[in-house]
Amino acid sequence: RKFELDPRLASYKGVWVFVEHERGVAHPVSWELMGEGRKLADTLGVPLAGVVMGAPGIQARRFCEDAFHYGADLCYLMEDPVMADYRNQPFTKGLTDLVNAYQPEILLLGATTLGRDLAGSVATTLQTGLTADCTELNIDLENRSLAATRPTFGGSLLCTIVTLNYRPQMATVRPRVMSMPKKDDTRSGSIIEHSLGMIETDIVTKVLEYIPDNLQGKPQLPFADIIVSGGRGMKRPENFQLIWDLAKVLGAEVGATRPVVQAGWVELDRQVGQSGKTVRPKLYIAAGISGAIQHRVGMDASDVIIAINSDPNAPIFDFATYGIVGNAMTILPALTDAFRQQLATAKVAV
Amino acid sequence: MHIVVCIKQVPDSAQIRVHPVTNTIMRQGVPAIVNPYDLFSLEAALRLKDEYGARVTVLCMGPPQAEAALRKAISFGADDAILVTDRAFAGSDTLATSFALASAIRKIQEDMPVDIVFAGKQTIDGDTAQVGPGIAKRLDLQLLTYVSSIVDLDLDKREITLHRRAEGGVQVLQTRLPCLITMLEGTNEMRFATMPNMFRAARYPLKQWDKDAAGIEDVSKIGLKGSPTIVSKVFAPQAKSQRAEIIDCESKEPKDLAVTLLTKMFTKYPNLPEEIAKVNA
Ligand SMILES: Cc1cc2nc3c(=O)[nH]c(=O)nc-3n(C[C@H](O)[C@H](O)[C@H](O)COP(=O)(O)OP(=O)(O)OC[C@H]3O[C@@H](n4cnc5c(N)ncnc54)[C@H](O)[C@@H]3O)c2cc1C
Ligand SMILES: Cc1cc2nc3c(=O)[nH]c(=O)nc-3n(C[C@H](O)[C@H](O)[C@H](O)COP(=O)(O)OP(=O)(O)OC[C@H]3O[C@@H](n4cnc5c(N)ncnc54)[C@H](O)[C@@H]3O)c2cc1C
Repeated sequence: RKFELDPRLASYKGVWVFVEHERGVAHPVSWELMGEGRKLADTLGVPLAGVVMGAPGIQARRFCEDAFHYGADLCYLMEDPVMADYRNQPFTKGLTDLVNAYQPEILLLGATTLGRDLAGSVATTLQTGLTADCTELNIDLENRSLAATRPTFGGSLLCTIVTLNYRPQMATVRPRVMSMPKKDDTRSGSIIEHSLGMIETDIVTKVLEYIPDNLQGKPQLPFADIIVSGGRGMKRPENFQLIWDLAKVLGAEVGATRPVVQAGWVELDRQVGQSGKTVRPKLYIAAGISGAIQHRVGMDASDVIIAINSDPNAPIFDFATYGIVGNAMTILPALTDAFRQQLATAKVAV
Repeated sequence: MHIVVCIKQVPDSAQIRVHPVTNTIMRQGVPAIVNPYDLFSLEAALRLKDEYGARVTVLCMGPPQAEAALRKAISFGADDAILVTDRAFAGSDTLATSFALASAIRKIQEDMPVDIVFAGKQTIDGDTAQVGPGIAKRLDLQLLTYVSSIVDLDLDKREITLHRRAEGGVQVLQTRLPCLITMLEGTNEMRFATMPNMFRAARYPLKQWDKDAAGIEDVSKIGLKGSPTIVSKVFAPQAKSQRAEIIDCESKEPKDLAVTLLTKMFTKYPNLPEEIAKVNA
């Protein structure tokens, strides 16, 4: 039973990545997707395009340049003052118009508050399939379709979803799930401009104000290079100080499992896992963490994982890089000292 | 004012187990609950009802057992409940689901125009966050996702002002009714059911609509047929091939363990000390 694409859809060609930005800053998930999109486009032998929508000005052009540096061959640029801030109505019309005009076969967006809002509206308008929060994207070469894999039932299983006879095939991906591609400043590409054709009075929703988050002192786990996390095995909130001590020496962020967050030992922003943050640091130290699948899915893309657990059969040892079987309460201080000394010698060496 | 709240009945995921051999979900004995995210939206609707006066209709698409979710909503204070249930809906993805729910809401409108539709931010089973935006699009409602608070509602001007969570901050938005709102989790706490409401919930003559009653003529838009996405495979996550290298030094002194670990690690990952120094700089 060979699959035949509806001939009316054969004109849909190319892979698109929606470049999300806010307040002059591109969301890193856009470039993570660009790296993934590059692989898909190469497999299909088609161009990779970025989609940049926003207020007119040099900033939008800069995002196009960045898109080229991260792998795009071309960019669709839509500039209009009404798109200075994200609002569903103009962005849905803009992206839908672009898709209808230039017909990509695949359209990827970040699974952010903006991306999910926009993707759901655009997919409904285009009457096509949208796969949410994918962790893996591949091309099924047999029928050139996108095979999008996502966790189901709390990460205990994965499922692969295809959108065979609809175009474009749409998918969202959570930030930090894909790795950041290398930037190549020598790459360039062409820009195709398209106008939105809306005026402010067409748009019902108004942005009265934008209150930026006060990031001072707020944990920034998704982009931390080093994370020290503690789990229920730390036993008491006081013991969590040992986690903070090691983190301080390393300049690391502090993470935690869900039970620790629910017990109120640390704030919600520090939860790593399926219902918390996805992280991919260079070094992840896990103390008193069993390694449940819901925790693992948020951190197993870390480069090096050190696990400290008193139970030699703890599941975390199945995927950690290094394991220390023992009491976290005595091993953490020793590790803190060892790192402190190593850093001191590193400073002398410089 | 008329408010419709969409609620989904879901298996309590905390109690879901996967069969180790067949990789299938063992649903048996897993209790069904109202999708936890929907309760934040239901409570927000009930607060608007308390403050401005409203009729609150809860709407659910699902199997006949899903009536329990609707009765629960009535016990919290919803006025009416409609269960859209039909075998023809089986296998619906988010596009087909939003089509069915939008049709049902159009039917509900015939009785009394709807000013606000609430949906949950996402569910804990399908977990896509796509149905809310889909319904809004189909009914041409202003879409307001990730709302953290409703600041003001002016029923004369039909204007609503609210806070919406964006990636790096909060947008203060003003828009006109009718609109669709999805509430952020943790923004309120579901009230307790009162005795009279519990009695009412038990006796409430729940409306059950099949596809015809929900105003659906085009069956190619619902169920498997109306779903562009196809699940092609379900499988267990691959176990990482490599097990951790267990650091086990003779003396078992924590200090020696730590030093052994660092030595091994920095030999294998020579860039790591520099990375750590960089973070510290
Ligand atoms: C829908 C759903 C979503 C979830 N989302 C998340 C999520 O996002 N993030 C998350 O983390 N969890 C999540 N969970 C919970 C998850 O299933 C696990 O329950 C949780 O990760 C376990 O946390 P833990 O490792 O801290 O505790 P436990 O599993 O209790 O493990 C404690 C570990 O500490 C070890 N230990 C005990 N004493 C010591 C000692 N003195 N020294 C060293 N080790 C010691 C024990 O051997 C044990 O392995 C979710 C669950 C569900 C159902
Ligand atoms: C493991 C798994 C993965 C899936 N992946 C995808 C996918 O990637 N793409 C896709 O299109 N479909 C997917 N589906 C199908 C999808 O879950 C169903 O279409 C489902 O009917 C609605 O989607 P949701 O649960 O994700 O709802 P969400 O979009 O997360 O729900 C948002 C809100 O919409 C309302 N709502 C949703 N469903 C109902 C209902 N039946 N009755 C009343 N209100 C409702 C609720 O207020 C809910 O809080 C998946 C299903 C499963 C089980």
